[in-house]
Amino acid sequence: MQLVTGHPIHATIVSLIGDQTGNHVTIKKSTQARFFGLYAVLFASLTCASAVTVEDYGYPITDRFAATVVGTPVEFQAQLPKSIPLKGKSITIFPGRVTPDVFFYGSELLYSVALQDSNAPLIFIIAGTGGSHDGTTNMNMAKAFYQAGFHVVSTSSPTYNNFVIAASKTGVVGHAEKDAEDIYRVFEMIWAELKQDIQVTSFNVIGPSLGAFNAAYVSKLDEERKAFNFEHVLLINPPVSLYNSISLLDRMTQDIPGGVDNFDRFVNNLMHAYATMAKAPVGSGGDNFLYQVYEKLQLKDEQLAALIGTSFRLSSSTLAFTADVMADYGYIKPKGLVLDRYSNLQIYDDVAVRLGFTDYYFEFFYPFYKADYPNKTQNEVIAEISLRSIEDYLRNTQKITVMHNVDDIILEPGEINFFSEVFGERATIYPYGGHIGNINYRDNVAHMLATFSQGETQ
Amino acid sequence: MIHLLRRLSLLVLLTSLGACSSPQVKPQAADYPEPVFTAEQILPPDHADLTAVYDPWETMNKHIYNFNYEFDNAVYLPIVRGYETVIPSFARTGFSNFFRNIADVTSIFNSFLQLAPKKFIQNTGRVLVNTTVGIFGLVDVASKMKIPRPVEDFGQTLGHWGVGQGPYLVLPFLGPSNLRDGAGLLPDLYVAGVASDAVFSSDVTLGALVLYPINTRANNPFRYYQNGTAFEYEMVRWLYSTKRKLDVNE
Repeated sequence: MQLVTGHPIHATIVSLIGDQTGNHVTIKKSTQARFFGLYAVLFASLTCASAVTVEDYGYPITDRFAATVVGTPVEFQAQLPKSIPLKGKSITIFPGRVTPDVFFYGSELLYSVALQDSNAPLIFIIAGTGGSHDGTTNMNMAKAFYQAGFHVVSTSSPTYNNFVIAASKTGVVGHAEKDAEDIYRVFEMIWAELKQDIQVTSFNVIGPSLGAFNAAYVSKLDEERKAFNFEHVLLINPPVSLYNSISLLDRMTQDIPGGVDNFDRFVNNLMHAYATMAKAPVGSGGDNFLYQVYEKLQLKDEQLAALIGTSFRLSSSTLAFTADVMADYGYIKPKGLVLDRYSNLQIYDDVAVRLGFTDYYFEFFYPFYKADYPNKTQNEVIAEISLRSIEDYLRNTQKITVMHNVDDIILEPGEINFFSEVFGERATIYPYGGHIGNINYRDNVAHMLATFSQGETQ
Repeated sequence: MIHLLRRLSLLVLLTSLGACSSPQVKPQAADYPEPVFTAEQILPPDHADLTAVYDPWETMNKHIYNFNYEFDNAVYLPIVRGYETVIPSFARTGFSNFFRNIADVTSIFNSFLQLAPKKFIQNTGRVLVNTTVGIFGLVDVASKMKIPRPVEDFGQTLGHWGVGQGPYLVLPFLGPSNLRDGAGLLPDLYVAGVASDAVFSSDVTLGALVLYPINTRANNPFRYYQNGTAFEYEMVRWLYSTKRKLDVNE
């Protein structure tokens, strides 16, 4: 692939999109300015090379909440293989760990792999918040990369229940550096198992959402540990400040009619509506089901936000309870009380769904780690869980690239600028897509793959 | 297999003992210091918990749930994987259609009991078409002809006439149910058996009995403890009960 110096992303996108969607899609860079060497470093914070901004973008859903919920309609998705030779695997991360009986099923970390027969680059996929190694987002990426000739290793998010139980050292996840160490340990142990069987030409990482945030810290850790020397790391829709993003998501539960106290009723109604729709003849169903529901019900932004908030709350409630049991902290379960596989958990479920992720950070996370930060306030500790904390690294490393959307719902107003300021041309910003709604859109998939093929062709 | 039988007999023993043995002394939450957030602080006073399901037999149910999980891992899923490897896809679809056709017969029976003429006609139409043109139900011609498929079982029939779900019940091998739906399985099985005997030889019925559980599991994507929740039993209980309410009201 012929790459234009200084514009690798620009060039590859154009070449790929040209192949796929015809001429109506063009991409313009908002600024063509280029600076090199010392000059660039000096003026980096002022102007520098700006992000690749995609205009005349063909992704069809321009409402950011709808995009987040509905994703990409089938006819706009990238062509992916129906199935790939994916194997579910499990690994013991802490051999000495006695798993609490209430989580007896989670003592081994589950992950999945799809391996090529010959020499190939390897890509680790880190799932987003509460996401599983075999969730839809990870699986679509796995298919795309396997098809493009990669060995694929898909892992769950550190916030996924099984990861907290089997692979988090403290159990209290959501800590930028410690989560990265947990992930790195998992990567090393998985690689130790795989390396007898496969030949690898390079190691790479990709993550959507919180997985992208994790990937940035994992990449930084790799600079010290050097077990992999990652070649490319792609961040897709990461938060800047984790706290800002989870606050936004927490607040979406306020869109639930009647507030959080009506959480149960809302979920109940939602399920009724969903089940009713599922029976109604809304066309072909299947992969486009959500899109059809959206079109038919004409959901308002508040309703979509309530839906997103609800989904997030279901993840965060499980996370808080799991962390509480693993660390025996006494957050919602009395400290010292041992639960077993037959214990009644309904009361913890009821309490957990009424607490936000922000409650977890203030009343559990911070007190738990307080001793590690004797000179910092609660707000400082929580505010530092941010990509801004590793801004220098992100600014200077060439291996990390970003794909993001201007209308991402997990960013505070103005936070999107962080990416163009820090990553410059290594950031590609799309005008729509909400929060990873466009991740399966054909142009986005093409760009994702192109990012990783640079090293192979240069 | 012996391991399994031992587990199973132990389970039966446990459940039968459950009724007469004195309850074990278990640690109580009240014996420990209060957590940061308690139910008293967090739940609204008029808290009507919509995700709660009447489950007086929870301890027994959780033992059976756990048994089902072990059985799934040790026996059920390995057999299903073997089945999916050995039997080609078109044959599996055929078997699946076959059992759906028999279920449609029980739907005719239940539509009749519910005095629901439209469903009765739709189900009867399906069975007539599929048993004849569809070669004893192996091909689902009725769906290609867009004849709707209202699934009605005896639990729904009872619900239709006002019988509540009763206590939640986890059935060995079969999974989530409740007293009403669990009891409803018996008349449905009887009808299915009579229908099968009327058309097929006893060899076919016997073969179907072996194949039925394998086909059922193969068509169910649920995997125990791989759903990302710490509250799976509670979630499954609530989803099942909600679904059954919807099934009755439709």
